[in-house]
Amino acid sequence: MDFLNAIVLLLNYIFVPALAYGSQLALGAIFVTLIYGILRFANFATGDMMSFGTMFTILFTWYFQSVGISLGILPTALLAIPFAIIFMVGYMLFIDQFVFKYYRVNKSPPVQLAMVSIGVMFITQAVVRIIIGPSDRRFFDGEKFLIKAGEFKEITGLNEGLAIKSTQVITIFITLILVSTLFWFLNKTKTGKSMKAYSDNEDLALLSGIDPKKIVMITWIIAGIIATIGGALYGLDKSFKPFTYFNNMLPIFAAAIVGGIGNPFGAFLGGYVIAFSEIFLTYAYKKFFMYILPETMEPDGLVQLLSTDYKFAVSFSILVIVLLYRPSGIFKGKIL
Amino acid sequence: MRKNLNVITAYCIMMGLIILVGIFQSWNIALSIFNLCLISAVMTMGANIQWGYAGLINFGIMGYTALGGLAAVLISVNPVQEAWSAGGLNILLSFFLLIGIVLTIRYVLKNYEKSKIRTYIISTIIILGIVLIRFVSEPGIEAIEEVNPAKTGFLGGFGLPIIFSWIVGALFAGGLAFIIGKVALGLRADYLAIATLLISEIVIAIIKHEDWLTRGVKNVIGLKRPAPYEVNLQQTDWFINLVEKFNSGKLNLITDFSERQAALNQFVIEGSSVFVKLCYSGLFLVVVIILLILTQKALYSPWGRMMRAIRDNEEAANAMGKNVVKQHLLIFVLGSAIVGIAGAMLVTQDGLFTPGSYRPMRYTFLIWVMVIVGGSGNNFGAILGGFVVWFLWIEAAPIGLYLVNLTTAGLDDTHFLKIHLIESVPYFRFLMMGIGLLLIMRYRPKGILPEKIEIK
Repeated sequence: MDFLNAIVLLLNYIFVPALAYGSQLALGAIFVTLIYGILRFANFATGDMMSFGTMFTILFTWYFQSVGISLGILPTALLAIPFAIIFMVGYMLFIDQFVFKYYRVNKSPPVQLAMVSIGVMFITQAVVRIIIGPSDRRFFDGEKFLIKAGEFKEITGLNEGLAIKSTQVITIFITLILVSTLFWFLNKTKTGKSMKAYSDNEDLALLSGIDPKKIVMITWIIAGIIATIGGALYGLDKSFKPFTYFNNMLPIFAAAIVGGIGNPFGAFLGGYVIAFSEIFLTYAYKKFFMYILPETMEPDGLVQLLSTDYKFAVSFSILVIVLLYRPSGIFKGKIL
Repeated sequence: MRKNLNVITAYCIMMGLIILVGIFQSWNIALSIFNLCLISAVMTMGANIQWGYAGLINFGIMGYTALGGLAAVLISVNPVQEAWSAGGLNILLSFFLLIGIVLTIRYVLKNYEKSKIRTYIISTIIILGIVLIRFVSEPGIEAIEEVNPAKTGFLGGFGLPIIFSWIVGALFAGGLAFIIGKVALGLRADYLAIATLLISEIVIAIIKHEDWLTRGVKNVIGLKRPAPYEVNLQQTDWFINLVEKFNSGKLNLITDFSERQAALNQFVIEGSSVFVKLCYSGLFLVVVIILLILTQKALYSPWGRMMRAIRDNEEAANAMGKNVVKQHLLIFVLGSAIVGIAGAMLVTQDGLFTPGSYRPMRYTFLIWVMVIVGGSGNNFGAILGGFVVWFLWIEAAPIGLYLVNLTTAGLDDTHFLKIHLIESVPYFRFLMMGIGLLLIMRYRPKGILPEKIEIK
């Protein structure tokens, strides 16, 4: 019984939250990696682009709520996401046309494009803050819990409760669907294959008649879809605040590089690697050991490897170690 | 003279703008903008050495700034005797343990061939060392943080004049840059950017949460000053006489004695804060000028030529027998040390150390905008960039307010759009920076004052 309690404890405090957080990071990391692989620059505006998409999701959610449309037990935001995506993709294509295209055509070095993306970051941040303001927003409605801790205890008779938020399930579910569709698209369709070819060797791809304009446009569209959904899921699960989104750029970068930048599957797994290591290393295991060890051996301290203050630092240290020992990432991305 | 005309014009316009602020807003504001411009200029020079001379991207400026600030605290605060006696021994012991671990790793690295076993040995040493250090330091840290937590709760510093921290800050930042450079300089440009950005976040996390060293988010306030205090100045005779002399024209117009005294008092209070700011401006100006002379000399020296050669063609420079790796490390350390000086200057001016205020937007990306806008590779450009961008950053809110009022003039004062826009005026600075950066990158990619290489 104690053993079961210990497992439920870990599930409740580590496994489920890490899986949801990892999915959100994974979507962001795929966004970074797609842009890196095909447009060939590190996009420092990642976090702010995600907050831009989320902002539109929130605006549409408010609109739907004001006219009385809802999805019952599901959050209204799910209905708003497709409309937000349209605006987001429009914004992406607009930025590409007026900002990034010039440098791509001139074949500027990637560093210059990264600098330009910093300019885009400033502008996007300003636009988001001017439209929706810098404060914390919650836009979740519908049924909050799938399983409540109390109910779980009653049903199973265990001491430990397992609470699963509906947003966590929605996050994991949507991420899986989205990512599998993306991989199907990249590996099976002709456009997807030509995207991969363009990413591998630009000149060869051009010679074999692939239209670069089309590839770039499709990349921005896919990136816009992923960024909006990723941002909206993060906002649903936690809350929307432009500053948090900007900061999320850092673990997202870490996830993309750990997985091997330019490699979407690596980025997907990288998100979970970062999320799980953050939570594993900063969780206080005292209660866990109280369950599995006999009473005489109970630990005195919190049995916490690192204080939760170092949550971000953990993921960055992992990144530094990976960069040192395996600069192309765990799953072999582009050679750095 | 003629070929430097654009430099002179640009600087004159900038000074003119600051003087205009002095006339229309107040001299106090103008001087505080000027001081922060000088500090930004020092940071920009540091980043410019790395980017403009050697083409290295360093997005870790925030980390070095914070380390410089930490140096100011550690140098100037008086030591907390109780804390030292409570836990100082443990801290010292763990410090020696840390040195011991580093030396052991060095020994292993030097004396054994590269192999899997060596990697395992090193990781075991690191893990065991961390556990040991935590075991030793934990009781010490707890004891230190319990000593009067509302006021101290940390070890304090050395109680020296704060000016020394400018040098120590440079040493701290340079030391960190040496470690980071050893680890990360082999990476390709944009990875170096990401890696340094993330490492600087780690530095901030440590400074924020190691309360025994820095008081963390509880902040350290009331640091010593190299300049006199306003309150003391207001009671000094020579200062009052000086203010009287300066404002004699206005004061003579007032005939009533008590009114005249009140007006004089007002002038003294205003004058004292201007005087203190002027003291800071003088100190900062000295630093900027010394750095400018040194960096200009370096730029035109054989060493500067070599750095440009490495920047423009690494392989060719390598083939000519230049040690690219060593030079990159050197310039990385030098540039970061300059940023460290700026960090210490900033804390000196504010008189307080707030680890929570170090954010990448303000201390990394804004500095990069300064470098790009001013002109990378040109020291005069870097300083100008620091001035222009900081000036706009501060004055963006009034300009934004003016623009909002202008465009919504037809709307009622209670119209929701107008109220919303006026509330979001502070964010116009981001918009302005972004648009400015994009325009410069597009139409003047070498900055306002482009790099100019003359053979002397």
